[in-house]
Amino acid sequence: MINDDLDADRPDPETRRRLYSTMVLIRSFEEAILADYHADKKPAFDIGAGLIPGEMHLAAGQEPVAAGVCAQLRLGDAVTSTHRPHHFALAHGVDMNKMAAEIYGRETGLGRGRGGHMHLFDPEVHFSCSGIIAEGYPPALGQAFAFKRQGGDAVAVAVTGEGAANQGAFHESLNLAALWQLPVVFVVEDNDWGISVPRAASTAVADNSVRAAAYGMPGIRVEDNAVEGVYSAAGEAVHRARSGGGPTLIEVHTLRLWGHFEGDAQGYRGDLEGVPGRDPIPTYEARLRTDGVLDEDEIARIRTAAAARVEEAIQFAKSSPRPDPAEAGKYVFAS
Amino acid sequence: MTATLSTPATATSRRLTTSKAMVEAISQEMIADPSVIVLGEDVGAYGGIFSSTTGLLDTFGPTRVLDTPISETAFIGLATGAAVEGMRPIVELMFVDFMGVCLDQIYNHMAKIGYESGGNVKVPVVLTTAVGGGYSDGAQHSQCLWGTFAHLPGMKVVVPSNPYDAKGLMTAAIRDDGPVIYMFHKGVMGLPWMAKNRRSMGEVPQESYEVEIGKASIARRGTDVTVVALSLSVHHSLDVAETLEADGVSVEVVDLRSVVPLDRATIRESVAKTGRLVVVDEDYLSFGLSGEVIASVVEADPTVLKAAPIRVAVPDVPIPYARELEYAVLPTPARITAAVRDVLRRA
Repeated sequence: MINDDLDADRPDPETRRRLYSTMVLIRSFEEAILADYHADKKPAFDIGAGLIPGEMHLAAGQEPVAAGVCAQLRLGDAVTSTHRPHHFALAHGVDMNKMAAEIYGRETGLGRGRGGHMHLFDPEVHFSCSGIIAEGYPPALGQAFAFKRQGGDAVAVAVTGEGAANQGAFHESLNLAALWQLPVVFVVEDNDWGISVPRAASTAVADNSVRAAAYGMPGIRVEDNAVEGVYSAAGEAVHRARSGGGPTLIEVHTLRLWGHFEGDAQGYRGDLEGVPGRDPIPTYEARLRTDGVLDEDEIARIRTAAAARVEEAIQFAKSSPRPDPAEAGKYVFAS
Repeated sequence: MTATLSTPATATSRRLTTSKAMVEAISQEMIADPSVIVLGEDVGAYGGIFSSTTGLLDTFGPTRVLDTPISETAFIGLATGAAVEGMRPIVELMFVDFMGVCLDQIYNHMAKIGYESGGNVKVPVVLTTAVGGGYSDGAQHSQCLWGTFAHLPGMKVVVPSNPYDAKGLMTAAIRDDGPVIYMFHKGVMGLPWMAKNRRSMGEVPQESYEVEIGKASIARRGTDVTVVALSLSVHHSLDVAETLEADGVSVEVVDLRSVVPLDRATIRESVAKTGRLVVVDEDYLSFGLSGEVIASVVEADPTVLKAAPIRVAVPDVPIPYARELEYAVLPTPARITAAVRDVLRRA
């Protein structure tokens, strides 16, 4: 178990600034999406209407997982995320303009408007996601398999939520990855909630990382949504995978700051009162100020730069052409 | 649309079983392209339960021919991910009936990633799977289900009925940049432990060649009635056509070979010529291929039909175990014969 109270082995200041900047960029992007998502869904909420239609699963509060893991990756490594993919996509370097355009359903988007926010694919950085719980794991095995077979040392990161740990695909994937010693890092984002069902009501063990033992692989749980704890655990796991040591399972106890999806009133949620105080970004910002890593000016610069970058991406998306309805059948087949 | 009348014998052709022809295509592509691998349950030392991979392990070794755990979701998903990263996996689902344990990886991932990515990601996987009944294997090991795969967008679906097509379609499937479901009927493979079938052996050229995916063939030319069939039902239809010839009935047999894309043009041309249509399908009757074939004709021009078409398919019941029950629901030569005679009597 890792928590944020350990002062030993802190990342260097540059890395800590990067972890913070990444989290700020993600939050900035999602706040912009949030605003546009709701802007034209008033007064009556219609999920299919507006500039950004459809389900919208935002990852606010879970930025430490993506920032911490992806800071350990290189160009060439793969990440497969979930129905809640924005934080991992941005942390892994997915083109923000094309990603925004996809979310706005434009022809310039990652999937030319065919995918949507749960189906983001950027082959340039080997990023993909799956909207089906736990089913993103098996393809990640294949990416790791191909990397190993092609003789490189790239690794594949496979992400799910804690609800996925009760699915067959999760267990089949852990078994095969361990059996074939594939360079995979399995990441479980435990945000306590499977939509409205709390972890305690769905899962027989309090800590999913113990399930790693069933497949003979190391498992570790990071507590307190600690970005540096994630960074440290991921560093070890990525090193293990890259050097031929096989897969690792990391569970991070994170936080779903907002609803399961936008429009979720969260009436079922008993922990809401304490949630704002657990927001990891102000917490980490305060820590970095205390440690003398960031000052007021640097924080302002980071926030301004993030806002500007996001604004550019949103403008790119909004000014991009919509797909031609006559081409809805294009790309069903590769040839 | 050109359709081949019969298997062209060439200087280098030999007589092979369907399974050997299929394996030969895999082997030749594995030699030509190191990114081609084979994985699945019992594809190694056993050589595939239905001889779909015989000898490949000896030739290519365990790094390219991989026995997997009984874990279809994991290894079929693995094949998709490996394909995304530039490999060309051939992955076997031992019986198509087992799709229930791994369908998400097939229809939500393998089939859709290409589209969801706007064509930016290619998924060149061949999913091989055994289909069909007739040997009392019961309701969970005897289905065809090609209509189910064909209904779900994003996958090409090929169903060879003979050795020549088995080789050519496999070569084309491996070279295709998207997912192809390659469905082989156990009854056409030429297996020594199943009922003998003379049509499971045929001339196959030694050299590599492709049979174009999406093109039907005219397995037998005729003028009175068109029988559209696929897989083992082609064999039965040809047998029936030969028998009925003695009675002066001229039956044209269309072997679909591909279900997706469906060669609607060849179907329409044949029916336009004969005016009468029987569809033979070992899949379930309702909501499936047989209705689709008829719709292909009727939507284009209902006036070509001189009589209402007839479907010979598995009625909508699970495949029974007892032989007399199973053969009551399968599209047997007797049922096909009755359908042809019936359609000829209709005004």
